[in-house]
Amino acid sequence: MSEIDLETARKVAHLARIAVPEDHLPALATELSQILTFMEQLGEVDIAGVEPMTSVTPMRLKRRPDGVSDGNMQARILSNAPDAREGFFAVPKVVE
Amino acid sequence: MTELNALTIAAARDLLRAGDLTSTALTQACLTAIEGAGRLNAFVHKTPDLAMARAEAADAWLKAGDAPALCGIPIGIKDLFCTEGVPSQAASRILEGFCPEYESTVSAQLRDAGAVMLGKLNMDEFAMGSSNESSVYGNAINPWRADGQDLTPGGSSGGSAAAVAADLCLGATGTDTGGSIRQPAAFTGTVGIKPTYGRCSRWGIVAFASSLDQAGPMTRTVRDAAIMLEAMCGHDPKDSTSADLAVPDFEAMLTGDIRGQKIGIPREYRMDGMPAEIEALWSGGSAMLRDAGAEIVDISLPHTKYALPAYYVIAPAEASSNLARYDGVRYGHRAKLGPGDGITQMYEKTRAEGFGPEVQRRVMIGTYVLSAGFYDAYYNRARKVRTLIKQDFDRAFAQGIDAILTPATPSAAFQLGAMDDADPVQMYLNDVFTVPVNLAGLPGIALPAGLDAHGLPLGLQLIGRPWDEAALLNTAEVLERAAGFVSKPEKWW
Repeated sequence: MSEIDLETARKVAHLARIAVPEDHLPALATELSQILTFMEQLGEVDIAGVEPMTSVTPMRLKRRPDGVSDGNMQARILSNAPDAREGFFAVPKVVE
Repeated sequence: MTELNALTIAAARDLLRAGDLTSTALTQACLTAIEGAGRLNAFVHKTPDLAMARAEAADAWLKAGDAPALCGIPIGIKDLFCTEGVPSQAASRILEGFCPEYESTVSAQLRDAGAVMLGKLNMDEFAMGSSNESSVYGNAINPWRADGQDLTPGGSSGGSAAAVAADLCLGATGTDTGGSIRQPAAFTGTVGIKPTYGRCSRWGIVAFASSLDQAGPMTRTVRDAAIMLEAMCGHDPKDSTSADLAVPDFEAMLTGDIRGQKIGIPREYRMDGMPAEIEALWSGGSAMLRDAGAEIVDISLPHTKYALPAYYVIAPAEASSNLARYDGVRYGHRAKLGPGDGITQMYEKTRAEGFGPEVQRRVMIGTYVLSAGFYDAYYNRARKVRTLIKQDFDRAFAQGIDAILTPATPSAAFQLGAMDDADPVQMYLNDVFTVPVNLAGLPGIALPAGLDAHGLPLGLQLIGRPWDEAALLNTAEVLERAAGFVSKPEKWW
């Protein structure tokens, strides 16, 4: 069985940018371990020489002209922002 | 006479065109039914004023003539679709208050065909779930009951399925990443089709796993699914994976003739411990297709067993990437910050408060399988297994198989809360028959074919060749007629 230890669980939560309280980490580690154990079955499959699927249907993605097709809607773009000021998205201080 | 809200789309269309019914009356009947069905918790944002305005416009169009098939037909839209000026939050707290400035391509096409939106429908948060129990709005409830207990309508399109089964609307949109249209359809005695990947534009639909997501209709009959699907399909330059192919007249291709069609029965779908009722349903379905002139052929899809584990690597991996956009900056919820909190704390607190437990779990699993050192062992391996799963289907179709018949789900609808103490993998097993279809990008349809010992609906699934939804719908309609499923849930709500 795959074992996710507390340290790994803490690291994954941080990489996912989700705050997980210390006392929830053991339960999280157990759940993640259960799911990963289920995935271990994939190890039984012979995948030698198999290409990973990158496109569901074999088709070339369409190209579009490299030009401006839309714009000039600053107010509409900001309309759902939790904090918009002076025409910008506002966030806590990023640079010290 | 049938209550107006219980009409099929096809019947309502004919009455509307003949001038024997107005969309205003039909829409009013649905709005009344919705008002009386609060207990089902299917509609979570209601838009009665918008609906009446659209109904009046539809009536004018119908009078002027040349109105499309869906003109004046009241429908529900899954909360995953962005709808202009109407809350769209994917049943998540993190999108609380989000009111899009734009309309998804699929719902815009339905609107432009004259369909009347009644409101937004409940679902699992970000479409991650098989029971509609992960919704910020609370559970949607199945109109079907057994022993007076509340049952799940399935998920993730649980609200859509409940609404269609309870006659709250004539059809609804759903989306299907691993079975989210077909499993709830099977649990509620309704019809749901997931078209070929690329048939419906994904633009404006909140993304879960982009290489698996497809929209599709949920209706009461196969004919209605054909009518509604046609309006939803078509090329969209705003979705680079949308197929630039002509959309056939699906309804016109319902000929009722399947003589000479080869129907494959995959032996790997005969799972250990499969309930006898499901076995009987499945063999009954193949007998009906044989009686209709199809040839039944045993086939093998050897990698079936690995579809679920591959799916539960690929879907969370894509989800962890897609859901990175919910950071409290551009839309939706932002956590209250404490003194000294910087931008990282803002992200971490916002996402901890905004995402429910199942979404958090999948985002973290996705993050793990994509992280340095594990990418090849999990993600790349899963993508290779996906290739093998698709090749299984390719081989079957190359042998001349036209469609594949399987059960839609391993059981009938279960009780809400039944999975609370199970580990997450138990819930994932609901999708065992539907997930391979998404991995291979194929069209699949679920339709009701019988009742279990408790009087609950059971569904069968037909899987078709890529881009051949027309033949798939035709076979499904033949099966629907042979099965003669006419049961409706008794109204208790």
